[in-house]
Amino acid sequence: MVPITTLHYVIVAAGLFVLGVVGVLTRRNVVIVLMSIELILNAVNLNLVTFSRLWGLHGQVFAIFVITDAAAEAAVGLGILIAFFRNKETVNVDEVDLLKW
Amino acid sequence: MTPIATPFFFYLLSGLALLGGILVITRKNAVHSALALILTLLALAGLYLMLYAPFVAGVQIILYAGGIMVLFLFVIMLVSIERSQKEEQFNKQWIVGFIAAGVLGVLFVLVYVKGRALLPAPTAQIPNESQNTQNVGVLLYREYMFAFEIASLLLLVAIIGAVVMAKKRI
Amino acid sequence: MLDYITSYLKSNTTPGQAGNQFWAFVYIILIFLGLSVAVIAMNWLERKILAHMQVRLGPMRVGPHGLLQPIADAIKLLIKEDIMPAEADKVVFWTAPVMVVITAFTVFIVVPFGPTHAVTDMNIGVLFMLGVSSLGVLAIVMAGWASNSHYPLIGALRSSAQMVSYEIAMGLAVVAAILMTSLHGIGLYGVGSGTGTGTLSMIEIVKAQQEQHAWFIFKFFPLGLIAFFIFAVAMVAETNRAPFDLPEAESELTAGFHTEYSGFRWSLFFLAEYSAMIAVSAIAVTLWLGGWLRPFPNWLTGETWDLVFSLFPGVTFLLLAVIAFVGTMRMPKHPYFRVQTLGLGGFGAVLGLIGLVLLMPPVRDRIQDIYWFSFKVAAFMYLYIWYRGTFPRYRFDQLMKVGWKVLLPMGIGVLILTAVVGVLL
Repeated sequence: MVPITTLHYVIVAAGLFVLGVVGVLTRRNVVIVLMSIELILNAVNLNLVTFSRLWGLHGQVFAIFVITDAAAEAAVGLGILIAFFRNKETVNVDEVDLLKW
Repeated sequence: MTPIATPFFFYLLSGLALLGGILVITRKNAVHSALALILTLLALAGLYLMLYAPFVAGVQIILYAGGIMVLFLFVIMLVSIERSQKEEQFNKQWIVGFIAAGVLGVLFVLVYVKGRALLPAPTAQIPNESQNTQNVGVLLYREYMFAFEIASLLLLVAIIGAVVMAKKRI
Repeated sequence: MLDYITSYLKSNTTPGQAGNQFWAFVYIILIFLGLSVAVIAMNWLERKILAHMQVRLGPMRVGPHGLLQPIADAIKLLIKEDIMPAEADKVVFWTAPVMVVITAFTVFIVVPFGPTHAVTDMNIGVLFMLGVSSLGVLAIVMAGWASNSHYPLIGALRSSAQMVSYEIAMGLAVVAAILMTSLHGIGLYGVGSGTGTGTLSMIEIVKAQQEQHAWFIFKFFPLGLIAFFIFAVAMVAETNRAPFDLPEAESELTAGFHTEYSGFRWSLFFLAEYSAMIAVSAIAVTLWLGGWLRPFPNWLTGETWDLVFSLFPGVTFLLLAVIAFVGTMRMPKHPYFRVQTLGLGGFGAVLGLIGLVLLMPPVRDRIQDIYWFSFKVAAFMYLYIWYRGTFPRYRFDQLMKVGWKVLLPMGIGVLILTAVVGVLL
């Protein structure tokens, strides 16, 4: 069996990233778009941790920062979603077409 | 202690992660998507453990799977989703979106094919796993002190933002 | 093969660290069996103790003093019809009980019953326990949502809000305790000496308490005590027990998130609830109450006291045997009760035999750690029942207020003060 190298992990991360991009670009539901963004962030995290095995722990520290960022993003994003749902009774991104209420 | 059956666990966990990712973007029901995302997150935590990053794996489980995803599920249950399930799930630009993502994927493949020689060979020695938490902590509070403070400010702003957004009347 | 099995006994570490899969498997099986027995015993004890608190008798019919009641209950649950609501989300409805049991049992692989009595010792032990037990709420949310019914959904919503709020206070209290593993103070509070690096590993935390000659509940008085108090409140909320049992409040939501579950699936939720209680109590015992260390390690020192304390496990079982024998004596002398009398006498004999085995010197030394750990956890279990018997349930806004406006500021304050006191005082 082939030993697992850095390349394997990087390929998995790339796959997750592409899946996340597809989700962001094609789905209508805001919640799923936000989840796709989480997928993208996780792909980045996997890359960072993978490379931290080669070049010291800096990658892991960055992964922790990315997780913090994801938490902040999810909180604000979901807050916006709730405000939006309260006003327009919908969760579809392409119906967010009012710049001003 | 040397790890056992590394290839098996790698293929299992990465397979689960990718399967979860595919389910996230294809399910009609947002709750199913969220559960698939949890599967991906847990599989990734397993991959972090395999990469000798136990602290990040722990943070991933406690913050992502236990915190952020609970928030997601909470909001999904708060906004009714019955109606959005019957509607069109993909937006009008989905062809463009797929093409763009496909081009991105091809770009990645090309980078790997062409730049494979640039990737360094895996280091032979196993990193010091038993001191991982301590080492990460030292890095976090010495070298990345400033970034750490900025992150705390970011969280503060996020809290205020979430409250302002979600509150009916301030 | 035999060498592989025996070599571990000399290694003086946990099976996980020694890399010995056979003993790891044995430990897992033992913990699984022990937990199941503990849950069954808790089922009986909770009903009996609650009943006695309310001046009732509790279960009395099945076996002497209702001792066989949990077994009868288990048989009833297993042969009950397994109902799945027609409108339920089948896959999620099916997955939720499985997931809740997995998370409830997985946390126990890092619980240190003794310096070598744990399945493994992780570098991130506490983080792992908190993380995996916080996954339990996902299973509750899944169960509530998949039932596709109003009460379960409200229960799930309440549960997720409650868990997210109390997890923060809990985490802050835990961080304060972890800080204490590395901070020693210099003058006023100065205790012991150590390496100065903190640790998240469960075994190392207890060892730090041993080296510093102070359980963390007494360290930096009263900071350790306050942190312990925060954790003790938050852990009741985390396990959805009274007075914080809003997700399954039977007077408002019939049964909350598991209203639609019956039979075997329901029993899985029951099992998970009790093992989660044991798990969080194990965290509290490890972090603040000295884990497997025996009581009064500083005052009652010396050979004699060591001997006295090592006799406790055996004596406890002998006492239980005596209680059983007294019960046998007081059984009515009617032929109808003959089987019960014989059974109780036999139970007492088994307990006495276990007690005698535990008094033997080699067994005595090995079992002592496990005994003290279980003893402390059992004290917490009694507290849980006591709470349920005494406190009225909180209203939901009061619950949120306690979590966010009392426990969270207290947690932050304790954390900051611990750091300041540990370095400056």
